[in-house]
Amino acid sequence: MFIAVALAILVTLALALIRAFVGPTIHDRILAVNVVGTKTVLMIAVVGFIVGRPEFVDIAIVYALLNYIAIICVLRVFESGTLAVEPADEPEQGGGQG
Amino acid sequence: MAPGAGRCVIEALIDIVLLTFLAIIAVAIVRIRNLLAVTMLTGIYSLIVAVLFVLMDAVDVALTEAAVGAGLMVILMLATIALTTREERPHRMRHNLLALVVVVITGAALIYATLDMPRFGDPEAPAHVHLSPRFTQDSPQEIGIPNMVTSVLASYRGIDTLGEAVVVFAAAVGVLLVLGSGTVRRRKSGESADKDDKDASP
Repeated sequence: MFIAVALAILVTLALALIRAFVGPTIHDRILAVNVVGTKTVLMIAVVGFIVGRPEFVDIAIVYALLNYIAIICVLRVFESGTLAVEPADEPEQGGGQG
Repeated sequence: MAPGAGRCVIEALIDIVLLTFLAIIAVAIVRIRNLLAVTMLTGIYSLIVAVLFVLMDAVDVALTEAAVGAGLMVILMLATIALTTREERPHRMRHNLLALVVVVITGAALIYATLDMPRFGDPEAPAHVHLSPRFTQDSPQEIGIPNMVTSVLASYRGIDTLGEAVVVFAAAVGVLLVLGSGTVRRRKSGESADKDDKDASP
């Protein structure tokens, strides 16, 4: 059961990687990073059950938090072109399409 | 097939698939010119490396890798990209045969060196024979921290960890100085140009 889930997660990971490689826009790649992060969380949890250490779930939760912060930062840079506090200081850099 | 054997097989399969993913991502990072996409791919790379660390039971290393590699490093690289450019300039490089030979020889030497290392998880490995018993048996009484990695890092090697913290602090101060000076300069020079900005952008 858990093994089937692990295999399914690996397949999903591969699909997300393909999206990250060919993704025409930066949105596709950000989405791919988010999906890979989620699959990481699931993979750690499932592997924890496979090897008989369910406390891996705690680690998976920490990963989910980290993934969340990184995605927020990426989206902020993508939208405003800078990490500075006042985005208005910075002239708009290029268009939206990466 | 015994459940233990199946577990080993599935673990090995996951390891192999994840390592293959890492190799593919590394090639893609070299090939892709869009720097934002490359930053995303490095984040994915760090996440998968972190999973491998968890599979090898190095949970604390994996957490550091995920926090620094997938979180902090991606943010720093994005900040750099925001200050510079989003496209890598394509440049034709002639193939350097000497570099290839040096890399292949070095890699072969490193792989050869790993043959002498004890197997992963080998209980007879030198590190497990000499040091581990001392820490696993005495550290709960000496230090009183249930997690032995923590007691080694925070107490036995406390001065070393303090040095690491100083290095990280110095690096953070350096980065903040470099990134912050640009902001301050722009703000000072921007005060006189403020009216122009407001005229330009309603």
